[in-house]
Amino acid sequence: MNATPAMSSADVIAARLYMRRRIVNGIGLVFAMASTLFGLFWLAWILWTTFSRGIAALSPAIFTKMTPPPGDAGGLANAFYGSMMICALAIAIGAPIGIAAGTFLAEYAKKSRLGEVIRFVNDILLSAPSIVLGMFVYTVVVRTVGHYSGLSGALALALIVLPVVVRTTDEMLQLVPSAMREAGLSLGVPQWKVTMQVLYRAALPGIVTGVLLALARISGETAPLLFTAFDNQFWSSNVGQPLASVPVVIYKFAMSADDGWKALAWAGAFIVTLFVLALSLISRAILLRNKVPND
Amino acid sequence: MSANATAITLSQVDEQRARADARADAVFRLVVRGAGLFVLAALAGVALTTLWGGSEALSTFGFGFLTSTEWDTVGHKFGALAPIYGTLVTAAIALIIAVPVSFGIAMYLTELAPAWLRTPVSAAIELLAGIPSIIYGMWGLFVFVPIMGRNIIPWLNEHVGDIWIIGPLFRGPPLGLGMLTAGIVLAIMVIPFISSVMREVFLTVPTRLKESAYALGSTTLEVVWDVVLPYTRTAVIGGIFLGLGRALGETMAVTFVLGNVHRLSLSLLEPGNSIAATIANEFAEADSEIFRSSLIALAFLLFVVTFIVLAAAKLMLMQLAKRQGTT
Repeated sequence: MNATPAMSSADVIAARLYMRRRIVNGIGLVFAMASTLFGLFWLAWILWTTFSRGIAALSPAIFTKMTPPPGDAGGLANAFYGSMMICALAIAIGAPIGIAAGTFLAEYAKKSRLGEVIRFVNDILLSAPSIVLGMFVYTVVVRTVGHYSGLSGALALALIVLPVVVRTTDEMLQLVPSAMREAGLSLGVPQWKVTMQVLYRAALPGIVTGVLLALARISGETAPLLFTAFDNQFWSSNVGQPLASVPVVIYKFAMSADDGWKALAWAGAFIVTLFVLALSLISRAILLRNKVPND
Repeated sequence: MSANATAITLSQVDEQRARADARADAVFRLVVRGAGLFVLAALAGVALTTLWGGSEALSTFGFGFLTSTEWDTVGHKFGALAPIYGTLVTAAIALIIAVPVSFGIAMYLTELAPAWLRTPVSAAIELLAGIPSIIYGMWGLFVFVPIMGRNIIPWLNEHVGDIWIIGPLFRGPPLGLGMLTAGIVLAIMVIPFISSVMREVFLTVPTRLKESAYALGSTTLEVVWDVVLPYTRTAVIGGIFLGLGRALGETMAVTFVLGNVHRLSLSLLEPGNSIAATIANEFAEADSEIFRSSLIALAFLLFVVTFIVLAAAKLMLMQLAKRQGTT
């Protein structure tokens, strides 16, 4: 260090140390704020791109016409219908199993070893790569049956729904005060009735939120559908056959060189994003509204 | 109910009902238990069937499957080294960017931001996690890749490309596609996951600890760095691993911006491949049993790696939860 002769040297060192700490702190605070802006910046940019390009490509034909061959005009009607069917089926398969498993964890297994193992595995399933889940369904269902089908797509998505619903159901049931269980049981109500008629009612907003979050996750999910539901150029409501879905069509169209296809892909991307964001905002609102009085 | 009859029939009714209730209880218990076990079976099923489906490739190529870069779809020779390398490199780039940024966001949201701003900002950051990955992919391909190709890569070539050691990493053609681009897109995708875990565990630090440090004259950064971070270290690492698990398995976004080239290259600006992107890109074209089996074997590899990473993450997060329970 370059020594300064005047003043007592201890004071100088203390003052310098203080300055240094303040500067380092200032850098840290600026860095924290910059990081937050950095995160928000990408969000704004991605949403802006999706919205501006999507709205530009939007037209009524999107909802009424089928996916076109390259070079032709068309819409995404069959893809929307296919997506709706696949997602509805996935929820219909995944949500009841998930709610039942969540009930088992919260009401029966509790802190037992088996319960902890299932929670552990469930959390891993929650973050497992969706493409691997699709591969699993491909190997088990598609390969056995011999062809792609909407149903196999729904099964793959149900595996994504399952852990989300299990976790929220488990957590929400645990939040229900034990007094409610005890009151029901002490009146001689059997446990299954207490669960179905008291606990589910108390935890309903939370469980619904879980299902909505799961729906938000699967409605934009592409990877597992590539080799389960595959694609279909025509209107079809046969879940035993390949079905078109919005994300797969977006993928196919976006990767193409055809400008009409690309525009359709942006329109689809815009609608999917809007739907997913609306769902996550709604579920957030449900959670907030039901959390406040409890706190 | 049946209030007529004598005492005998009444007790009979009671008994009947008690028996019916007991039966219903047993059935209900069985059903929910079955659903719980189904979760275990699902995970085991994923592991076993992908192993089974990939066994043909694994037994044909043996250990060479992991060490060969050959990907010959005509001659039916498959090696997974290039996609494995691409997966690891893109995930590493993602973490290098996402970890400090997530730390900054968590610090801002727990120590700096005014109370009224905390909920909306953290909700906005978490919205990033809600955007479907295919949207990231499209945005990456049509908006970000041209900017990388036109502005950022030429700049990197000129200014960083000659630096000793790290230079070769940043020398390459201005394609825009490539591992650096994929890593950046992945970073944006995992930031909300890592930052929300960090924010949550930072909130578990007892206020009296932080206030003691402030009372001794610590600056905000010192409190976060020397008190909050050591207290939550394992959980923070757990959150980072969670983000790593996401980055390794992410498919669609990476597929769009990685370029799908089976080649090992030192430069981060060259197009490459990742495990998930290879599967997504090539499955429809897999025309032979061994080709398909190789792709399923890749899925198995990916599953094993993410399982290990996620299990480690979960164990580390549980440690903090356990300590929370005891104090």
